[in-house]
Amino acid sequence: MPSMPSGSTQTDPSDAFAGAYAQGSPEPVQLLTPEGERVEHPLFSSDLTPEQLRGLHRDMVLTRRLDTEATALQRHGELGLWAQSLGQEAAQVGAARATRPQDFVFPTYREHGVAWCMGVDPVELLGLFRGTDHGSWDTERTRMALYTIIIGAQTLHAVGYGMGLQRDGVVGTGDPDRDAAVLAHFGDGASSQGDVNEALVFAASYHAPVVFLCTNNQWAISEPTERQSRVPLYQRAWGFGLPGVRVDGNDVVAVHAVVSAALQRAREGQGPVLVEAFTYRMGAHTTTDDPTRYRLSADLESWKLKDPILRLEAFLRRNGHVDEAYLTALTQEADALGERLREGCRSLPDPDPLSMFDHVYAEQTPELAAQRAAYAAYAGGFEEEQ
Amino acid sequence: MSSASTGTAGGSSRITLAKALNLGLRRAMEADDKVLVMGEDVGRLGGVFRITDGLQKDFGEDRVIDTPLAESGILGTAVGLAMRGYRPVVEIQFDGFVYPAYDQIVSQVAKMRARTNGRTAMPLVIRIPFGGGIGAVEHHSESPEAQFVHTPGLKVVACSNPVDGFTMIQQAVACDDPVVFLEPKRQYHSDKAEVDLAAPAHPLFASRVLRRGTDVTVAAYGPTVRTAMRAAEAAAVEGTSIEVVDLRTLSPLDLGPVAESVRRTGRLVVVHEAHVTLGVGTEVAARITEECFYSLEAPVLRVGGFDVPYPAARIEEAFLPDLDRLLDAVDRSLAF
Repeated sequence: MPSMPSGSTQTDPSDAFAGAYAQGSPEPVQLLTPEGERVEHPLFSSDLTPEQLRGLHRDMVLTRRLDTEATALQRHGELGLWAQSLGQEAAQVGAARATRPQDFVFPTYREHGVAWCMGVDPVELLGLFRGTDHGSWDTERTRMALYTIIIGAQTLHAVGYGMGLQRDGVVGTGDPDRDAAVLAHFGDGASSQGDVNEALVFAASYHAPVVFLCTNNQWAISEPTERQSRVPLYQRAWGFGLPGVRVDGNDVVAVHAVVSAALQRAREGQGPVLVEAFTYRMGAHTTTDDPTRYRLSADLESWKLKDPILRLEAFLRRNGHVDEAYLTALTQEADALGERLREGCRSLPDPDPLSMFDHVYAEQTPELAAQRAAYAAYAGGFEEEQ
Repeated sequence: MSSASTGTAGGSSRITLAKALNLGLRRAMEADDKVLVMGEDVGRLGGVFRITDGLQKDFGEDRVIDTPLAESGILGTAVGLAMRGYRPVVEIQFDGFVYPAYDQIVSQVAKMRARTNGRTAMPLVIRIPFGGGIGAVEHHSESPEAQFVHTPGLKVVACSNPVDGFTMIQQAVACDDPVVFLEPKRQYHSDKAEVDLAAPAHPLFASRVLRRGTDVTVAAYGPTVRTAMRAAEAAAVEGTSIEVVDLRTLSPLDLGPVAESVRRTGRLVVVHEAHVTLGVGTEVAARITEECFYSLEAPVLRVGGFDVPYPAARIEEAFLPDLDRLLDAVDRSLAF
């Protein structure tokens, strides 16, 4: 079992995060400009192959289709609610693709691109929003916890999970296939929550292998980030004693590079990092929200120019990594996904009402067994009448 | 860690509730190396009440964890540890400090198994020293159990004596459901009892008749069990025979022995330190009324803390249900 280090901030000059910590630049790390030009950064680099870049592009395209289809399904009354991920594909896909199979991810309720990358069946993702379950995917197989609605609560779970990894002796062993870390998602609104602040305190105190990814989409429903914080969010990290880095959240290459480095650092036992992915919520908070009441359409237009998918696509086209045939085939794959989602959503079965009693306890209480039996008899009476 | 080295090999000794809980925790940690103890000051200090005394020394800092001073943080990280396969035993330093952790307990701990369709277990124990009578400043004497009894997914138990303290804490740790474990703090160091460390344990989720009687049934738990036993002794002198039931488990409630008793006595008084309105006594009264309607000779009476914020220490004895207030209720039941 690893001994608890002192928890002091690393000063290793080869540590990019120590560099970023010292530099403290509010300029986000960027490796791909909005025009799709590949640029270098003094601290973070990427050696993704064209094939890997095509993979990230595909993930983002399919995530956007998933989001678009789910929004439409809500409009057609098939979902009770949907929280759109539109515009945040790079922050999600770049981060999720930085994980290794032994890592574990704690999402909010908007990480559809993360879910896609972690292997959650997109139809299963709809259950929570259709009201057939609270999340049904196998969290052990996908290495992703269920969505968490209570804002920020999952960041503490992530730290506890990381403390478990430390106790299991799978942090800092030097074995890359064994060392593990945790990726904890939260948003700009959540940064005000006590739980998030406590999570940062606990992670720093125990040097837990956790990468906190704050997706700053600039809006907590109607409240701008300025209502949450007077300083750029990544700078909050310094007060907790961990490095903070701001990355261009619409640049999937930069997000992947920064989160990869942060996770690797955590796996090696060098402690937690806060990454702020600076992006923009292109859609509404959820399908019940009306952003025209509180923000300017000009902002939306300016962020459309920074679209995460278009910029990677521009890069891939310019460098001859994709052609029209490839993109047409990808569109067809997205169409097929859309169809699968529409059919899958409508055929999600309503659960048996009696199932609500099933998993409240490992050992069901006599009271609950009695309530279940009484309800079964009561409901059964109606069936006989019919 | 051999049991011999920790002095829990067996045998019988006269020990306090604090020592009994300490020995029980020690046994639980010896039995399963996934069991962790975590909380404020539980390590080097051994807890402000010394319940975890010596555990860090013997089991190490990775298993007996001094945490930052943040209750939601303690519970939230315990949830993550449980997801990773650990069995955290969390100490909330005082009852009134549990509320910052309320969201994690109610929204996360309690619901995790159901919302994951049984995939994710939450084998947590949340130890809470509860109740008053120690002359403390505010927020140190509360009885928050009804909040947790009202929360599906949690189990809630209260020990009332060293024997139960020793066995119930081990059973709670072994339980695969989250258990809120209430300890009557005023008894930690005051009562000593003979604890047979090798004796078979009474089931965790079962109430227990502590004293047989024929005229009135009194149901109590935690610190009011001692009050009820003393009341029974005093009443016996005046010719009234009180049967005392230690409820022990509040969620689930085990009212079989209470109903059986009420069918003989026809009268029931429930006593707890918690506020009377919508307290555990309210649920007991409702269920016994449903089950024993034709056996009851009097309405079920509740004796408890008044519906006021816990008062300043100099007047707490007026707030707390004592022997006289309990006997007054017994008299009212008999006179009905």
